[in-house]
Amino acid sequence: MRAQDYKISSEKFVFRATNDNLHDTKLETKPLTYFQDALRRFAKNKASVVAAIIIGILLLFALLAPFLTPFSVAYEDNSYAFVLPKNPIFYNLGIPFWDGGQEKEVNQLAYDQYRAIQQELRRKVIMSDVEAREETYMGKTKTLYSFRLDTYNAVGVKYVELTDAQYKALQAYQDANNVQVILPITEFKRRPEAEQDKNNANIWYRTKLGAGRKTEIVFDKNGNFIPIYEKDTGDGRDQYTSKMYWEGDTKQYNYAEKKQNSWMVRVDYREYYIYQHAVADDGITEPLFLFGTNNAGKDVFTCLASGTRFSLFLAFIVASVNLFVGAIYGAIEGYYGGKVDIIMERIVELLSSVPFMIVITLLKYHFNVSHVLILFIAFFLTGWTGMAARTRMQFYRFKNQEYVLVARTLGARDFRIMFKHIFPNAIGTLITGSVLVIPGVIFSETSLSYLGIISLSTGNLTSLGTMLATGQNYLFTYPHMLLFPSLFISLLMLSFNLFGNGLRDAFNPSLRGTEE
Amino acid sequence: MYMFKYVLKRIGLMVMTFSIIFVVCFVLIKLLPVDTTSVGVGEDATKLLTQLKARGYDRPIMEQFGLYLRRIVLDGDFGVGVSMPEYRGQNVWDVFIEKLPPTILINIYSSLFAVPLGIALGIFAALKKNKWQDHVISTAVMVFISVPSFVYASLLLYTVCFKFDLLPLKMASLAEANNNYFSWTMFKSMIPAVLAMSFGSIAGYARGTRAELTEVLTSEFMLLARTKGLTKSMATIRHALRNAMVPIFPSIVGEFIGVLSGSLVIEKIFTIPGVGGLYLTAINSMDYDFYMMLSGFYLLVSLVAALVIDLSYGFIDPRIRMGAR
Repeated sequence: MRAQDYKISSEKFVFRATNDNLHDTKLETKPLTYFQDALRRFAKNKASVVAAIIIGILLLFALLAPFLTPFSVAYEDNSYAFVLPKNPIFYNLGIPFWDGGQEKEVNQLAYDQYRAIQQELRRKVIMSDVEAREETYMGKTKTLYSFRLDTYNAVGVKYVELTDAQYKALQAYQDANNVQVILPITEFKRRPEAEQDKNNANIWYRTKLGAGRKTEIVFDKNGNFIPIYEKDTGDGRDQYTSKMYWEGDTKQYNYAEKKQNSWMVRVDYREYYIYQHAVADDGITEPLFLFGTNNAGKDVFTCLASGTRFSLFLAFIVASVNLFVGAIYGAIEGYYGGKVDIIMERIVELLSSVPFMIVITLLKYHFNVSHVLILFIAFFLTGWTGMAARTRMQFYRFKNQEYVLVARTLGARDFRIMFKHIFPNAIGTLITGSVLVIPGVIFSETSLSYLGIISLSTGNLTSLGTMLATGQNYLFTYPHMLLFPSLFISLLMLSFNLFGNGLRDAFNPSLRGTEE
Repeated sequence: MYMFKYVLKRIGLMVMTFSIIFVVCFVLIKLLPVDTTSVGVGEDATKLLTQLKARGYDRPIMEQFGLYLRRIVLDGDFGVGVSMPEYRGQNVWDVFIEKLPPTILINIYSSLFAVPLGIALGIFAALKKNKWQDHVISTAVMVFISVPSFVYASLLLYTVCFKFDLLPLKMASLAEANNNYFSWTMFKSMIPAVLAMSFGSIAGYARGTRAELTEVLTSEFMLLARTKGLTKSMATIRHALRNAMVPIFPSIVGEFIGVLSGSLVIEKIFTIPGVGGLYLTAINSMDYDFYMMLSGFYLLVSLVAALVIDLSYGFIDPRIRMGAR
């Protein structure tokens, strides 16, 4: 076949698209970076997203709670110790749940005492109907009363000692606000003789010493309490000048008892509490604890927020320091390999096999510094080895790849190759590792405070573990002290684990496309 | 032979690690002053001090270490209690042996309960992958792995033992159980602790088994097994399970070594008179000999467990050649 047979005349050629520039069509999709891809795949994992949102809410709670509540961690009021969680909404609606009430079954004496508080202060102490039942135990029959007790109002009346100025100020407060705080004092010689009741200000009625040196109430013939208020003889020795008189009487009773340098006064504790905090102007308007109080009368809600904040703070710092040190250590190990690696790996192995308990106890006894610092050092000493191992693995995988060789040939220095070229490959696993360190730190801290190895309850500091440890002692009597921290820590651990797992899957490029 | 050499090398390294940590621990603990202030009224502090002196407590630390080792090797004598009133002057080893049975028993019971149940749940979840049974099991597993053991231990104690009064609140003493650790009273009083302890491991085994088995079930040899005519259950039992057990089995072995050490938290909650409680009191009252012996014990248990887990991979799976480059 000869070429000239196929000669095509030039007229047959037509220019096509003389005006168009020829080019490739533009890519319609945007290129995805590693992180964008990870984010996209993370967003598909619903459980992890929910966990991330919960973590966000818990963080917000921990950060904002101090502004929502007037209480602080240092706040404590012994009189309101062990009061139960109270939500004003439930309380006002009269729903027997989360209203500061406690189901009680008590004997005759305790029942009468609660009744007396209710009668004197005209405030509901017994919130529900009373059910009585007979119980025979070892041949003796006694009546037991079960009802719902208002733990706030059951505090009733307290003795307080006031200086002259305080006493006057309290009287002025009464007149100005029209609330009776000071109640008539009881006759000294009629007060209960039984040791455990001597300082019980709630006994305003006649009692006698019964069997077993226990207080017994004396009733009149109609079954009513007999008041033992001290009669006013008109000598003015109580220096009571307030217009407010108990039960509308015109000064029949004395209202204070002179002590050495002070006045002993019976106060309606709820009103006195309001008065005290109004004077101190600390924003506390009434005794109301959303999550109840603990054995020292600290507000559980505030402690919980503060404890969470502390735990998270510690965990974040430990995670970031571990990440930093571990990454550098692991990078050096993995990059140089050989002898350096063997020696450094031995050190890691040694450090990571020391039981944490030994580290923390030795630190605790050798350094007389705050337990927070000890905890931090202990976590740091043993914690970074995991990060180092992860980084080392990634370096071993990538250091012999061609692009590293290219970089080296082009004259890049070791440091640049390590952190500019190889390290970014490890970022995904390192971030995941750091996130999963956080629940680990929280768990360890909690266990250690729980076991009493370290104590973190000083001044304005508390931790979840400390709260759990205190709560454990009152598990059977006041479970609310344990309930809230437990719920909280469970939620925290669960969401961090879910979040971490989601991150791990998202950062793992080999799982790409498997979830569809 | 190759394997033997490798095992020897690993054991050698383990012994080295153990000795270094032990010596450092010994030196650090001996640097602290001996606390005799806790000696109560009526107890003779000077007598105690003389006893300590006779044991060489005022010599240089390295000499003390030599004496300590010699006493251990020759007489099996780990020292005497000093700071804890109830064990003052008692032989550390004897007290330790006396405290060991409750810890071991509770751990063995919980392992016996947790291992089969966890694996069974894992297999079930893997076979029902992405059906509702799998989702229920996986969610429960996630919850039980995340929630700290003391939370559900307290929950168990409050509901089962206190509110409904089904089980005793604390472990029965040896006297209550007729000096028999295997009596029904004893067993019943251990149930709460055993349950609390096993939840976490059940979840762990279930998760591990599920993950392994789902991977194995999709591999090609399973297809071959089905093609050659095995039923699904036969193929699963004969081929899939065996392969899935490769990473699970070492952790079971590790768990059975770990039964010695137990859980400090669980022992505290359920007031179990075990080694954990002893260790805690020894720490809080700074009793050197108890602390040294128990720290060494915990260290050894954790090191041996880690080693055995590592080595057992090679023994159960011939494809894994240990120490190979």
